[in-house]
Amino acid sequence: MPVNYEELKKDRAQEWRDQLRKSKGAKERSNIDRVKMPENPPLKRNRNFFEVNKGLSEKQAILEASRCIDCPTPTCISGCPVNINIPGFIKYIEKGDFLKSAEVLKQTNALPAICGRVCPQETQCEIKCIYNKMKKPPVAIGHLERFASDSERNSGNISIPKTAKKNNIKVAVIGSGPSGLTMAGEMVKLGYDVTVFEALHEYGGVLVYGIPEFRLPKEIVRTEIGVLEKMGVDFRKNIIVGKTITIEELKVEGYKGFYVSSGAGLPKFMNIPGENLIGIYSSNEYLTRVNLMKAFKFPEYDTPIVRGKHVAVLGGGNTAMDSVRTAKRLGAERAMIIYRRSEKEMPARIEEAHHAKEEGIEFMTLTNPIEYFGDSEGWVKSMRVQKMKLGELDDSGRRRPVPIAGSEYDIDVDIVVVGIGTAPNPIIPQSIPELEVTRWGTVVVDENTMQSSIPEIFAGGDIVRGGATVILAMGDGKIAAEHMHEYLSGK
Amino acid sequence: MYKIIEKEILSEHVVKLVIEGQAIAKSRKAGQFVIVKISEKGERIPLTIADADTQSGTITLIIQKVGTTTHKMFNLKKGDSIMDLVGPLGKATKIEKVGTVIAAGGGVGIAPLYPIAKALKEAGNKLIVILAARSKDLIILEKEMSAFADEIMIMTDDGSYGQKGLITTGIENIIKREKVNEVVAIGPAIMMKFVALLTQKYKIPTIVSLNTIMVDGTGMCGACRISVGGKTKFVCVDGPEFDAHQVDFDEMLKRLNAYKKEEEISYSNYQKEIG
Ligand SMILES: Cc1cc2nc3c(=O)[nH]c(=O)nc-3n(C[C@H](O)[C@H](O)[C@H](O)COP(=O)(O)OP(=O)(O)OC[C@H]3O[C@@H](n4cnc5c(N)ncnc54)[C@H](O)[C@@H]3O)c2cc1C
Ligand SMILES: Cc1cc2nc3c(=O)[nH]c(=O)nc-3n(C[C@H](O)[C@H](O)[C@H](O)COP(=O)(O)OP(=O)(O)OC[C@H]3O[C@@H](n4cnc5c(N)ncnc54)[C@H](O)[C@@H]3O)c2cc1C
Ligand code: SF4
Ligand code: SF4
Ligand code: FES
Repeated sequence: MPVNYEELKKDRAQEWRDQLRKSKGAKERSNIDRVKMPENPPLKRNRNFFEVNKGLSEKQAILEASRCIDCPTPTCISGCPVNINIPGFIKYIEKGDFLKSAEVLKQTNALPAICGRVCPQETQCEIKCIYNKMKKPPVAIGHLERFASDSERNSGNISIPKTAKKNNIKVAVIGSGPSGLTMAGEMVKLGYDVTVFEALHEYGGVLVYGIPEFRLPKEIVRTEIGVLEKMGVDFRKNIIVGKTITIEELKVEGYKGFYVSSGAGLPKFMNIPGENLIGIYSSNEYLTRVNLMKAFKFPEYDTPIVRGKHVAVLGGGNTAMDSVRTAKRLGAERAMIIYRRSEKEMPARIEEAHHAKEEGIEFMTLTNPIEYFGDSEGWVKSMRVQKMKLGELDDSGRRRPVPIAGSEYDIDVDIVVVGIGTAPNPIIPQSIPELEVTRWGTVVVDENTMQSSIPEIFAGGDIVRGGATVILAMGDGKIAAEHMHEYLSGK
Repeated sequence: MYKIIEKEILSEHVVKLVIEGQAIAKSRKAGQFVIVKISEKGERIPLTIADADTQSGTITLIIQKVGTTTHKMFNLKKGDSIMDLVGPLGKATKIEKVGTVIAAGGGVGIAPLYPIAKALKEAGNKLIVILAARSKDLIILEKEMSAFADEIMIMTDDGSYGQKGLITTGIENIIKREKVNEVVAIGPAIMMKFVALLTQKYKIPTIVSLNTIMVDGTGMCGACRISVGGKTKFVCVDGPEFDAHQVDFDEMLKRLNAYKKEEEISYSNYQKEIG
């Protein structure tokens, strides 16, 4: 999305901003050290599911906010997929007006408490901060975003965004992940009659079934959904569109526009011998049991999970990191990441890999599994791996891992979690044969409008991108809302 | 919340619940199932849609108590509600007119067999139903199935009702007696395994409906995976019905035991709780 620098200039020119800016020299500001997020100690937290990052204190937040020099042309904003007015919200923190700060965040981001926690800030907004040019660590935009929205939530004064007069046009959102929630919020603001359909028994998509409690407390997701409910969004769970009810039937019920945000929930396996032994989980199953079904509280909760002593997690992304840190918390003596490239190529957030290491996770890189062996009852007991080296660049621009002949060896394991990625959820595409999809199963859309090959159907998030980030999924929801509004009001 | 409109105890271990579920009642087909989660802290378990009434917007579930959740369901009362209910899941049975069909149900498999047997008869097949269980009190739906079956045969392990013996004996007797075009067998994995071995010998196409462990039921987790013809399949989306002669039953039997220890803990806690 293009940044509206005119608007930002006006905002920046306000009297109080000007005074605040002049209250400290740029030199003085840039000499302040970047704040350190208070964390629970690694060897304690790796035994529980409490949030790792404790959040900044007011004092810390105000000091960190004063590091931002309130650039006339803030480069940071271009790194944020939803173009948050970054200096705008940060300066309210410095001023001490946290509620106002949260209000600025919410102008462009419906879920700031979530993004402040899980966005890969280091590669999005923060990497574009001017401080990098000065060879200094960037302003901690993510930590401040979290601070402002947490303050608002804790104050009990959550602002409910204003909605336009109802236009009585019904719109269906399919899937309640970050993309669907954002789209629903935007449409309800415009006056539409929005219903969100969710297949599972809780709303939030990956935010509730994938990302663990110790990174994103579920309470926060629930609060955000509460805000949308207050704005008038109708939520319906336990409904699989395409199975329980079809889009055709929804049309008969009067729905005029559809937003498909059904995510990339299909697990990938490696298809190597022994993969169906017991004790081998997909990361989706492992995390769903623990997060959504609360298996870490078994037997208080009915859903069980097998707690392993030696747990190997395959993959190098956020999913793998979340799984391995979960395994450690479930009591594993040895919890290992097994990744076929080197640490440099790992797609996981740096913060997550760093936290994992602090918690005692072993990283076995340039290593690839080729076979599993089981005992007589069918439980996995060891895995054979092969050492790899990096070769030529592949399509993704990363160096391709190639096996080293004769380097095989066996590792004892009693639980394996396959976290090598997911594929698009096929239920919707299968139920609408005319919907155009790529050969990877992602829905084809016009990138500028998120409109699919069927005019009244828009799509976004992981079902279009095949696995991306929370904030990109949200960005898609905003674009789709804008253009669905154009489409529906133009008719 | 989904309200229980009717409850009927079919035997000491088996209960029939008629539950509100307008949308599911309308869209379901024979062979499909639902996932239920009865309360906040409950587990998600799969149950076949035994019947549905589009008029009243209800579905019928027939549940045999084997562990914590099924036991809790057995104890629910008319007027109580189930927290979560989602479906219909899985592929519908391919119902075709093939000639003579044996529908063989063992124990808990009798419930899921019912809607399929009914549909097979409606499609114009000659339908021979065999119901088998450990003992008399586990034989259910005999009256309901007799209403449309051309022939019905009962077998019990202990001889407390019908003929004494295993279901495979009953099936083999019929195969020897007349031409059978297809067998549909639903029951414990071990029973389905031996039926598959038997019908393979006679080269009779055989369908089984698999009851693997599930979580979401929508293809998201892979808990339900099994090998069919050497390839990994997800029972919840690729099944639940498969060609019996292609299924790796030994693998499935092992996978069903994944949570034996935890199930025992959970069940004994529940026993203590209810006294
Ligand atoms: C373990 C894990 C950790 C991650 N960590 C991070 C992170 O730290 N930072 C980050 O930015 N990103 C992270 N990601 C990626 C991010 O979560 C996703 O990109 C994002 O959630 C995609 O949002 P979405 O709305 O497109 O889909 P999802 O969040 O997948 O939501 C889709 C929803 O649609 C529902 N649904 C599917 N089909 C139907 C249907 N037919 N009818 C009704 N409902 C349906 C699903 O049940 C689900 O609730 C992580 C992903 C995982 C799996
Ligand atoms: C497609 C399908 C349809 C089914 N239809 C019926 C039906 O109509 N009536 C009926 O009584 N039963 C049916 N079942 C079996 C039923 O789901 C299990 O009996 C139930 O989950 C056991 O739960 P529990 O907590 O009572 O027992 P537990 O103590 O948890 O388990 C007892 C045994 O049931 C099996 N089991 C455990 N958890 C699951 C799970 N989540 N999913 C499947 N099996 C599990 C295991 O083999 C276990 O040893 C069906 C299963 C499937 C997959
Ligand atoms: S939403 Fe994400 S990318 Fe945008 S400013 Fe916040 S943390 Fe940075
Ligand atoms: S680039 Fe950095 S210093 Fe400049 S406005 Fe953005 S956050 Fe503040
Ligand atoms: S139950 Fe999860 S994939 Fe089948």
